[in-house]
Amino acid sequence: MLSVQDLSIRFRTPDGYVHAVNDVSFDIAAGQKLAIVGESGSGKSQIALSILGLLAKNAETRGRILFENQNLLDMPTSRINKVRSKEISIIFQDPMSSLNPYMTVERQLNEVLELHEGLRGRAARARVLEALDAVQIPDAKNRLKSYPHEFSGGMRQRIVIAMALLCRPKLILADEPTTALDVTVQAQIMRLLDDIQKEYGSSIMLITHDLGVVAGFCEETLVLYGGRVMERAETRAIFNAPSHPYTRGLLRAVPNIHAQDARLQSIPGQPPNQLHPPEGCPFADRCSDSRDPCFNNLPPLDAGRHQRACLRPVEELS
Amino acid sequence: MRTRKIMNSPAYAEAAAEEMINSRSFWVDARMRFFKNKMAVVSLTMLFLLALFAAFGQVFAQWSYEEIDWSLLGKIKEQGGPNWENGHYFGVDELGRDLYARVVQGSRVSLLVGFLAGILAVCIGSTMGAIAGYYGGRTDQIIMGAFNITLSIPYIIFFVVWQAFFGRSLEQMILVMVIINWTAGLLIVRGQVQTLKNKEFIDAARMLGMSDAKIIFKHILPNMLWVIVIYMSISIPEMIMYESLVSFLGVGIQEPNTSWGALISEGAKTMTFGTLWQLGYPAAFFVIAQVSLYYIGDGLRDALDPKER
Amino acid sequence: MTEMISVHDLSVEFQLLQSKKWPWSDAAVLKAVNGVSFSVDAGKTLGVVGESGCGKSTLVRAIAGLVKPSAGTVTLEGKPVNYSSRADLQALRRRVQMIFQDPVASLNPRMTIREIVAEPLTMFFPEMDAEARTTRVHALLDRVGIPRRNANRYPHEFSGGQCQRIGIARALAAEPKVLLCDEPVSALDVSIQAQVVNLLQDLQRDMGLTLIFVAHDLGVVRHISDEILVMYLGGMMEKASADDLVNDPQHPYTRALLSAVPVPDPDAKLNPEVLDGDLPSPLNLPTGCLFQSRCPKRFDRCTEQRPQPRFVGERQKACHLEALTV
Repeated sequence: MLSVQDLSIRFRTPDGYVHAVNDVSFDIAAGQKLAIVGESGSGKSQIALSILGLLAKNAETRGRILFENQNLLDMPTSRINKVRSKEISIIFQDPMSSLNPYMTVERQLNEVLELHEGLRGRAARARVLEALDAVQIPDAKNRLKSYPHEFSGGMRQRIVIAMALLCRPKLILADEPTTALDVTVQAQIMRLLDDIQKEYGSSIMLITHDLGVVAGFCEETLVLYGGRVMERAETRAIFNAPSHPYTRGLLRAVPNIHAQDARLQSIPGQPPNQLHPPEGCPFADRCSDSRDPCFNNLPPLDAGRHQRACLRPVEELS
Repeated sequence: MRTRKIMNSPAYAEAAAEEMINSRSFWVDARMRFFKNKMAVVSLTMLFLLALFAAFGQVFAQWSYEEIDWSLLGKIKEQGGPNWENGHYFGVDELGRDLYARVVQGSRVSLLVGFLAGILAVCIGSTMGAIAGYYGGRTDQIIMGAFNITLSIPYIIFFVVWQAFFGRSLEQMILVMVIINWTAGLLIVRGQVQTLKNKEFIDAARMLGMSDAKIIFKHILPNMLWVIVIYMSISIPEMIMYESLVSFLGVGIQEPNTSWGALISEGAKTMTFGTLWQLGYPAAFFVIAQVSLYYIGDGLRDALDPKER
Repeated sequence: MTEMISVHDLSVEFQLLQSKKWPWSDAAVLKAVNGVSFSVDAGKTLGVVGESGCGKSTLVRAIAGLVKPSAGTVTLEGKPVNYSSRADLQALRRRVQMIFQDPVASLNPRMTIREIVAEPLTMFFPEMDAEARTTRVHALLDRVGIPRRNANRYPHEFSGGQCQRIGIARALAAEPKVLLCDEPVSALDVSIQAQVVNLLQDLQRDMGLTLIFVAHDLGVVRHISDEILVMYLGGMMEKASADDLVNDPQHPYTRALLSAVPVPDPDAKLNPEVLDGDLPSPLNLPTGCLFQSRCPKRFDRCTEQRPQPRFVGERQKACHLEALTV
């Protein structure tokens, strides 16, 4: 359904080009849940923004983003606006940034329906209530006239999800949907997204830095580092048999609550500077398995079900 | 050969690696950005020339600004225009006084009043704003109350009343302008301090047992000095404008002393008699000063405001 | 084991000035911390966990003297601290230093790294000459893993993890005995987070530091702490050794919190104990148990009487239930 092909995004700055995303390719089938995992600066959010045509003005893109065989990147803004939110919708990290503090919840939700489907009055109200029920807002009927600040953080995120669901989109982009929330609320929201995906059959692209959130949620996982795909495979394979040094390092760095180990395995060094991206593998200078060729040659992404971009064979990794 | 050996030694490599990397400080960086702005540099040069003119222009004058050229009296319209031969470079005014000398004197007064009153007012306003923002609570309420009361005073009436009581000297003029404008920059500085004081590096400074004054001067002030500088660059032309306005209305500076506003006022009165130079010269200086100050302020804003980058 | 720092019945209240109807009417009072007590032995780590708004940050800020406690006492090395006395505060800050949540915002953007790390030295060791100070700054930077040649750079030229290291160097410059860590790693990426946690553990081992480590991430807290204190709505819910608390939570809130922690294992079931209801307003605390509005095990007594923390063996818990059954 969605096919991203050789996507590169760079930003023009006074100091030169910042290469945020480099040659990223992936597909999402209808009804599939894909996770994009990466640390800050890995370019994961920029991918979501480019799908919706929301990139900053100084961005330059290359490659193709095919949504139902139409290239979103060279679509005029007027067409993109139609696709946006009708077919694809996004859930941002901070619910307050997606909601207008001066409008009641009902008006904001109605506005979406009116804009995209021309629905008004009773029909619109029924759809709004249905969406709010779907995200399990208790007593939704009586809370329609409330303003966003009258809800708690978790409830606000539910409203944002309801807003994303209104037009029954085919694809939902969830950009760190639970990062701003507490763990108990995070668990509720993730479970809700799961239920909704089953009910509505939408595809979900979950963007997160938290491997724990991905584990129980997505079928497929894409690991991003320095704007490049490091590894892409079924989630189970990523967690049980990670084949890229970065994925391995990342998994070891997460403190496990049920095992008391003396020391956390950290990855030494700092993420690469995207202003002057390294010539070879972006992870080479932090990698414990890197050899000379790693610094000079860009590792290609293997084809197949379990893709990895590493010059060294799996068996030789520590 | 020998030198190459030394350079290849590990000790040298280490020494080279240990060499300090010096980064440019914010102010050095800002200066570079300011001087890249050509309009601001031209304006700064203009203002500098204007200051030189005000300071040393009298040296070249052949008349003093109070002296009346009796020979021209009565025929100002015909012979009082700009003339290099009789030493009246800019002509004479309605009373036969040398306009060049008077423009020099007027520039002195206007620039002095503008800069002194502008800088003093912003200093007072910033200090009050910093105190209000840092301490908050009752202190803040009192200062904000005073701020609101000041805003409601009609300044021209206040000006007239003040001068009626204390006379119309240059010092009184600066004093009254500072009193009316002591709130300059207060709100913006107060807002800045309120944001800055909740930053964690201020907590870190408090954890070191620093006194409030030290925190304000060492940690808060350097981080908002740019706001104060920008505000000063706005306040100075504003003060010159105020001064000209009150002088134009005839309540400002006392004759025979003069200022741009007073000169423009006199020139405007005689405009209809065909002595246009009496308006033209002071107005030109006034406009050059204001435009230069405006572009300098603009350049400073571009160079200093972190959001602009 | 000698006791390093102990807190007895500490409360913090904030006056909300915006809530005043008239300039002379009383302001609403927000109770951020409600009578928390604990003690930490020298060289040990106490972890404080809870969700946003539970008062965990306010608790350490009160210990540091950054906000004024409204009641209760803090005892440092056997001597109670008088927060109204400047001399006492000064003495406190030589021994207690703090690491902050936002690594970049905790460094003054107009100062170089050298100036930032040297500042505590000029404040606490005024007799030190310039040369000794430079040596000390270099030693501190070496210790936290920042190359010395970067000493003349400004904070914005460093990444979040490096800024946090610089913040740690600044705190260490005062040669403290207690390090208060207010969510020191929550703004950092996982791989960097591990570096900073490891650094803190190394420093603790080498210098015998006592840590009070506040975080919302139970995984990190469990990893670094000897004991864990769970807070909810400003009150203490449970306190136990890290192992006991994680393996056998005895308070309904602790259990809900633990069940919600995402585990990086695709076979683990995502099955949190869902907490119903909303957090009550901290302006209007319930008379009974603080957790009653969301507790799945609530019974009559919970709404009438607030459970005081009591000892069950080594563990402390504030719950009327004798034992928590599944």
